[in-house]
Amino acid sequence: MRETARPVVRSFAHLSDEAVVALLARSDESALAELYDRFGRVAYGLALRILRDDKLAEDAVQEGFLTAWRNADRFMPERGKASTWLLTLVHRRSVDLVRREDRRRAEPLSENVEPETSGSAEDDAWLRFERERVQSALKQLPDQQREALELAYYGGFSQTELAERLGQPVGTIKSRMFTGLARLRELLAEPGNGEAAWKPTPYTT
Amino acid sequence: MEANALHDLTAAYALDALDSEDARAYEAHLARCERCREELAELSDAAGALAYGTEAPMPPPELRARILQEAARERPNVVPLRPRWIKPVAAIAAVAACTAIGLGIWAATLSSKLDRSESRLARQERVAQILARPGSRTISFTRGTLVVAPNGEAALVLRNLASAGNGRTYEAWIAAEGAPEPAGLFAGGGAVAIPLDRPVPEGATVMVTKEPAGGRKSPSSQPFAIVRNAAQS
Repeated sequence: MRETARPVVRSFAHLSDEAVVALLARSDESALAELYDRFGRVAYGLALRILRDDKLAEDAVQEGFLTAWRNADRFMPERGKASTWLLTLVHRRSVDLVRREDRRRAEPLSENVEPETSGSAEDDAWLRFERERVQSALKQLPDQQREALELAYYGGFSQTELAERLGQPVGTIKSRMFTGLARLRELLAEPGNGEAAWKPTPYTT
Repeated sequence: MEANALHDLTAAYALDALDSEDARAYEAHLARCERCREELAELSDAAGALAYGTEAPMPPPELRARILQEAARERPNVVPLRPRWIKPVAAIAAVAACTAIGLGIWAATLSSKLDRSESRLARQERVAQILARPGSRTISFTRGTLVVAPNGEAALVLRNLASAGNGRTYEAWIAAEGAPEPAGLFAGGGAVAIPLDRPVPEGATVMVTKEPAGGRKSPSSQPFAIVRNAAQS
């Protein structure tokens, strides 16, 4: 296997995720490395949660990142964040695999995942903070909405399967997912930014 | 499937909770439905946040190397088109300028291949000029950034702005001493970077409202974005 030549040393630290994906669309391999360093760990944690198997999780992450590599020119910044786009690719791949393997379980990963972090202290702290933020938002949802989101997103169940499993009409499942996700979005939105405090200055006519 | 039923699939699609047949039907619908595209963008960000809600152990170190090797192996032969309107060096400078002041999202738009209508190109070029002008100041506010050159020429950059919708437009205004004066129209639908039609004096306020298509002579609604070009101390 030949070593990838890296004639140009770039500093990506100040580039937004979206700008890194724009470089990815120019087949810049160091942009792919940067993207992996930013999201590889989260992507792997997600795939592992869905697939419950190291090897399958690695496959899902690899295929998700390679799909990003092949299709970076299709990423549209106006349609959403680069992180969402990338994690969606990994998630979709994981869900495909779990449905094929039919190995899904929806319970949270238990003790068997030892938090053998060994990432940088900053990464660890930041990921822990994010995890707590998302989990606390989830806890604020009504049980049925949280259940629908968790089974769908972490369990890989389709809405039809969820309807069967929970003994509810598909329409009910759809509306729980919609309401839950919309509420989750509100809960995760940063509170108290400047706009709320703005008062109109009277413009005289 | 009927359009109404398809609208209802947005959350399930964002969660990858559709069977492949429904997912394909929804994607076809998405191409035609602006409302669903907007809703999906919002719900997908919330779904993507769920990825952070679980333990994140370190992946095995070989995984990174394997992905990079595989990518190098299948490196596409097609070199992506570079925007013709801007010379590579200028493009890099503009992207760097945007990045330096935290306008990374716009930088990505600038260097992406999409949506290159002539008018938009001309606008982007003017914004790049204003950004590059020596002594330009950037004033950040919640929705984005205002860039003001020493001669008052100014550009307004807004993050992730939903499309104004059918029959509607966004309108920028500059209020100095008297009533706000119109300073440009734009449609939204993503990151926005527009040059303002008139200079922004020190102490003036720039704001944005949503107006009927074609714009108005004076604002008819509450501004949702507002930023003051505070006098330099």
